[in-house]
Amino acid sequence: MTAIFVQIQEAIQYAFVQRAIVAGCFMALGCSFLGVFLVLRRFSLIGDGLAHVSFATVAIALLLDAQPMVVSIPLVALASLVILHLNEKARVYGDAAIGLVSSFGIALGIIIASTAGGFNVDLFSYLFGNILSVSSLEVWLTIGVSLLVVLITTLFYHDLFSVTFDEDYAQVLGIKVKVINHILIILTSLIVVLGIKIVGTMLVSSLIILPAISALQIMRSFKATIALAGVFAVVSVIVGIFASYVLNYPSGATIVMVNFGFFVGSFMLGRFIS
Amino acid sequence: MSINLLKIKDLRVQYHGVEALRKISLSIDRGDYVGLAGPNGSGKSTLVKAILGLVPFEGRINFQSKSLQEFVTTKHIGYLPQKMSFLDQRFPATAKEVVVSGVYCCKKFPKHLTRGDYKAALQAMEILGVANLADRLIGRLSGGQQQRILLARALVHSPQFLILDEPTEALDPKSREAFYSTVERLNKENGVTVLLVSHDLGSIGNYASKLIYLDRELVFYGTFKEFCESSKMTDYFGAGQHVICHMH
Repeated sequence: MTAIFVQIQEAIQYAFVQRAIVAGCFMALGCSFLGVFLVLRRFSLIGDGLAHVSFATVAIALLLDAQPMVVSIPLVALASLVILHLNEKARVYGDAAIGLVSSFGIALGIIIASTAGGFNVDLFSYLFGNILSVSSLEVWLTIGVSLLVVLITTLFYHDLFSVTFDEDYAQVLGIKVKVINHILIILTSLIVVLGIKIVGTMLVSSLIILPAISALQIMRSFKATIALAGVFAVVSVIVGIFASYVLNYPSGATIVMVNFGFFVGSFMLGRFIS
Repeated sequence: MSINLLKIKDLRVQYHGVEALRKISLSIDRGDYVGLAGPNGSGKSTLVKAILGLVPFEGRINFQSKSLQEFVTTKHIGYLPQKMSFLDQRFPATAKEVVVSGVYCCKKFPKHLTRGDYKAALQAMEILGVANLADRLIGRLSGGQQQRILLARALVHSPQFLILDEPTEALDPKSREAFYSTVERLNKENGVTVLLVSHDLGSIGNYASKLIYLDRELVFYGTFKEFCESSKMTDYFGAGQHVICHMH
């Protein structure tokens, strides 16, 4: 036990671990704030779909020798709007729209990777991410975007609550439902792009879904659910980073496993309480 | 003297080129309890949506002598939507959080709830006898309790006009009676004008003072007594009119 604490103390000294913790905590906070709304609106898999799109956008960025985040943010935001419009206008069910855009993203990424060549290793590193390799610029970007997500979610909290609970009634209340849907989906695309560096395209949706569904197991009110999801997400990142350092496991996957542990605990506690 | 609250003149609504409502003209007075009935697809919900400003229409809808375009109707109208089919039983909101959301109609961005709003929510719940459920999760309540919570949400901003869209579809007979008694009390004691949308002409006859019967156009508008005595309605319903009036 003491050896583990020594290792954690040692890890904290490293600048890359400090950067990982800061970026991971802010990222987790942003994901959990959006996650509760997305899960309750049956948009859980949108994170997964957009992450697959970001696989293609990273390939495009590498092909153009550009910064992946700079290329990915506008393109993934555009893809999120395509999903929303397919769902609203083209009579395509929400999950089918996500599947459509997601498979297109993966296919495009694979075609670019196979034809361009030379950057496959870089591209595939984005599949699983590496929070321990985030740069200072990426940390600041993550802080900025996460704070933006938290700020906008807070400002629109009542509108988001109303649209999530009953979209038709929200319209009756004079809330611009379409505007709120666009805000939610664009914020999600931003947070997904940031997440691919941390846990990778394969696991980024888990940062959105798992803290939310864990909190929903022991919910007591809407606000408390969001707050609890935030706590689960942040603690998962911190525990996950130290556990991955001590056990020499991949950081992204370890963070997800800790999140899953919270879900199991919450599920059992939820059954016990009810 | 009766004071006019809602006046509809030559209302026409079209969906994808199909006429859902044509040439509807009627007026509802302050303190009225009006039932709105008609067969499936007769335009009942369309009329409600037009009053709430949710669908484009031709003609005029005036509320308190002002046209709909001049102000947000939802500030003055309480609305209880159709059946609770949308309600997710696992939704993590307390009854109080749901009720207080009714005041969002009257808030500007960024919406901020005050102590007064929460007090109003509790008062609305007290009127409906559900204040003790304030901290319970909405999904864990019975159908009748949920419907009262949603009625409290519709009342929290003290509207003058209450629209109930088939509110008792999911309720058992006992909860249905209790619900209608509460609405009747709001109408008689608090002076709230009520528009009750229902398939059930019997319930409308029992509680409402007037009846609107739609079939894409206005078939009948008057008291239930006039309905029973109307030869036009006898032509429309045949023997059915006698059965409805007998139930009443």
